[in-house]
Amino acid sequence: MTEIKILKEAGSFAENKDIAKRIREKKIMPALEAGNPLILDFEGVDSSTQSFIHVLISELIRTNGPNVLDEISFKNCNTTVEKIIKIVVYYMQDTI
Amino acid sequence: MFFYMKIHLPNSAFLGNIDPFIESFDSTDSSKLEITANKKWISIHPVILSMVASIGLSIQDKSRINCEDFEATSKHYLERMGLFDFLGVESGMQITEHEPAGRFIPLTQITNSEQQTRFITEMIPLLHLQPEQAEPIKYVISELVRNVLDHARTTQGALVCAQFYKKSNTIRIGVADVGIGVYSTIRASHRVSDDMEAIRKALQPGITGTTSKEGGTELNAGAGLFFIKSIAKVNRDFFIIYSGNAMFKLLKTPASSKRITLHSDPFDDRSSKKDNLPNFSGTVVGIDISLNRNQAFDYLLDLIRDTYFDRIKIKKKEKFKRAKFT
Repeated sequence: MTEIKILKEAGSFAENKDIAKRIREKKIMPALEAGNPLILDFEGVDSSTQSFIHVLISELIRTNGPNVLDEISFKNCNTTVEKIIKIVVYYMQDTI
Repeated sequence: MFFYMKIHLPNSAFLGNIDPFIESFDSTDSSKLEITANKKWISIHPVILSMVASIGLSIQDKSRINCEDFEATSKHYLERMGLFDFLGVESGMQITEHEPAGRFIPLTQITNSEQQTRFITEMIPLLHLQPEQAEPIKYVISELVRNVLDHARTTQGALVCAQFYKKSNTIRIGVADVGIGVYSTIRASHRVSDDMEAIRKALQPGITGTTSKEGGTELNAGAGLFFIKSIAKVNRDFFIIYSGNAMFKLLKTPASSKRITLHSDPFDDRSSKKDNLPNFSGTVVGIDISLNRNQAFDYLLDLIRDTYFDRIKIKKKEKFKRAKFT
């Protein structure tokens, strides 16, 4: 089990796409490739942008298909962050 | 090729009445930039400051900028916002005291994502906002500036400023760049015939200049401008985007319209469209956010989700995976 704390990486307003890309490439993808279930912990993250969440997870869905979502848990999301994640998850599956 | 311009700062120009300002500036004289202003009073939206500053900054030889001595008493506002610094013009004014009611973000140039993150962190205290009021403002500035960094192809980056207006209880935001413009960006991946058609595409969710595929790439979803237009729509505020010869303006949704509907196609919105304006090679975006009507950001996200849902065939819904929340 790999747990990634988004607050530590991106701050309370998670908006920097370069950081999102770094998290995906350096932490998320290696964990998934190793077969480790993944927890993305958003504790302390007050808000995010759709762009940040898109860069964080869209390529995972595009590359691996929607079943990759079975390997990822989104933890401690407030309402705003949860809704943004749902939007990104939804439109990504619409376009693959 | 970038054309220098003649600009006249009028008595009043906000998003509702910005058209005469844009129609009046002369982009045909490539020899220099001339700036004149109303003699009595200058009251202008931050988007105009961002636009003028971005033009001024792009002119390396500051001797080719001729800015008349402003007579209007409100010229101090331009000094306070930092306009003359970006024009390389000595104003002769000294601003020594921060106005007690001054809630503004002066003109700021942002050229990379680290600067952007720092700027967003530091700007909110300047506006003295409640956290729920700050949320859409952070969101708008983050997405607009990142659009410039990702698509405008200018080392000059984005010019940003904002101002709180006490009387209307509104934050007004402007972001401008002198990059390649919306048409060149969108045309790289989509068939568009002119500036207005490019703006129309850019405002549709799922359309980005980086790919012809709907849904975007790993780095661009093509949803940023749609979200921002939606923020204005939900709050019944103005939003403009001006690039090339075209300007799209989202008009205020009347209070009599009880139900807000977001449209994927911006031409379905209550809006004005002009496509014969003086050429501006970059992109200018302005938005107002009324704090009185500042709808909960979550409500906006619900509407956006519904807009996406409407685009999807019911039969596909059954197969959709859901994100797991713990």
